[in-house]
Amino acid sequence: MKVLVAIKRVVDPYVKIRVKSDGSGIDNANVKMTMNPFCEIAVEEAVRLKQQGAVTEIIVVCIGGGACQEQLRTALALGADRAIHVDAEPDLEPLSVAKLLHALIEQEKPQLILLGKQSIDTDNNQVAQMLAALARLPQGTFASKVVVESDIVTVTREVDGGLETLALTLPAVISTDLRLNEPRYASLPNIMKAKSKPLTTVTPQVLGVELHRHQKVIGVIPPPARQGGITVASVSELIDRLKNDDKVI
Amino acid sequence: MAVLVIAEHDNHALSIETLKAITAAKSVAETVDILVAGLHCYSVAWQAGGIDGVNSVLLADDESYSEPFAESLAGLIAEVGGGYSHILAAATTTGKNILPRAAALLNVGMLADVVSIESEDTVVRPIYAGNALAKVQSLDSIKVMTIRSSAFDPVEAPDVDATKMCEPLAKIAELDVVIANTVSRLVGRQAVVSERPELPVARVVVSGGRGLGSKENFALIEQLADKLGAAIGASRAAVDAGFVSNDLQVGQTGKIVAPDLYIAIGISGAIQHLAGMKESKVIVAINKDPDAPIFEIADYALVGDLFELLPELIEAL
Repeated sequence: MKVLVAIKRVVDPYVKIRVKSDGSGIDNANVKMTMNPFCEIAVEEAVRLKQQGAVTEIIVVCIGGGACQEQLRTALALGADRAIHVDAEPDLEPLSVAKLLHALIEQEKPQLILLGKQSIDTDNNQVAQMLAALARLPQGTFASKVVVESDIVTVTREVDGGLETLALTLPAVISTDLRLNEPRYASLPNIMKAKSKPLTTVTPQVLGVELHRHQKVIGVIPPPARQGGITVASVSELIDRLKNDDKVI
Repeated sequence: MAVLVIAEHDNHALSIETLKAITAAKSVAETVDILVAGLHCYSVAWQAGGIDGVNSVLLADDESYSEPFAESLAGLIAEVGGGYSHILAAATTTGKNILPRAAALLNVGMLADVVSIESEDTVVRPIYAGNALAKVQSLDSIKVMTIRSSAFDPVEAPDVDATKMCEPLAKIAELDVVIANTVSRLVGRQAVVSERPELPVARVVVSGGRGLGSKENFALIEQLADKLGAAIGASRAAVDAGFVSNDLQVGQTGKIVAPDLYIAIGISGAIQHLAGMKESKVIVAINKDPDAPIFEIADYALVGDLFELLPELIEAL
């Protein structure tokens, strides 16, 4: 069984982002970039399924500028077999990303498509669902457990109030939640080996996808700052303040 | 303007999140339509029809909608939503699961987790885990969006009471569109059995970090949480150290919470953690390091050894 994993290059979650003073966006010049944490979980799950023998080939895809080949090499070092770089603008909207991925799955015919539930930059949480819609495939979003058995994948989902388990007929689209697994680190020998694994580049034109803008960002502002607080001297003062001033306990 | 709100319900009554999404919808148009899909859910349609400002209720009652499958519901929304200028749902796990699928079927983009509606086509939504707010204009003919419930108040809805429901409301239109789902089925559902409230909806959250030192010491957090009827959270450091499982992680890659009271104990306050809790109403930090970054956003700072302060706090409550 073939698996396709879509990954995204994002600002490292530990970087304190800065809103540009002209309100045009986030200043990410010279900022550390990394693979989106939820995408790391998707790659890890694909590698584990391959280790279990359920998967024969892992194809990893990243859409964006040339720099995202760095994240593809990371995924190859973690265990993906080959990589596809779709050379496009780095800030495409979810629907455009879904259209490009749809064209790729028409070409590659994977049985399973794994994505992160959301990217930590735009926080959209849309691509997997949109891709499943375009490809007319079942979706298992926010997965915390994935079990593949012949032509069915059983997905346990993290939903408000608990967990829900769905059985999806393959091929299917799955998006990963935090609890699914703990991603491994790439070892140095694997990082070296990843350099010789195949990485091909395609363009939206080659994939036959015409992209449109559906949204326009008018401005980006920092959220309102919190007022500085006070230091309390004792436990009893703290309880008094919470009880009588704020009435939260 | 014609606005459609997708109802979330338990086949008996509308969810509170839906009542908040209706408030958001009413800021776009004076009257709104509500889509109620489910099985044996007439009482939900009746309740929706009784809300002030609801023009009509589209009721799709069929076995296919017995569970909120994205495959069926997104198809239904795409089928009936084409004539609307706006389609709204609450940004719950159900709304987030279904609405992007419906948007793609309609070939339009989507606006997720909207916190403010500025005009008929422009909204504000948080990005980078709430570290920035983006004002976004939709260029689509149909604006599809999910509504963050902490940003809106609920509309008033009539109580569902079987004795009052004998008269069918004229504004309920029964749909005969059935979108069958043959590719996914429900195997089981497991509600959280914890006595404690769930992290995303808890009024009070008590979180522990690396400062607790061990899994055993985390029991202090549990005791305090039980005293306050609070949910338990953790920093990534506490999860990585194996003190608690990672579903309790609060932060950019974990859960994002905004309770009335958030108590951070032994947590230094890395940006990644702050992103998950800085919208809390009142923040209390207990830490022995007076320079810990958590104190920059805490309303009340208690500096000292948590192993002395926590038992004292538990005792005093």
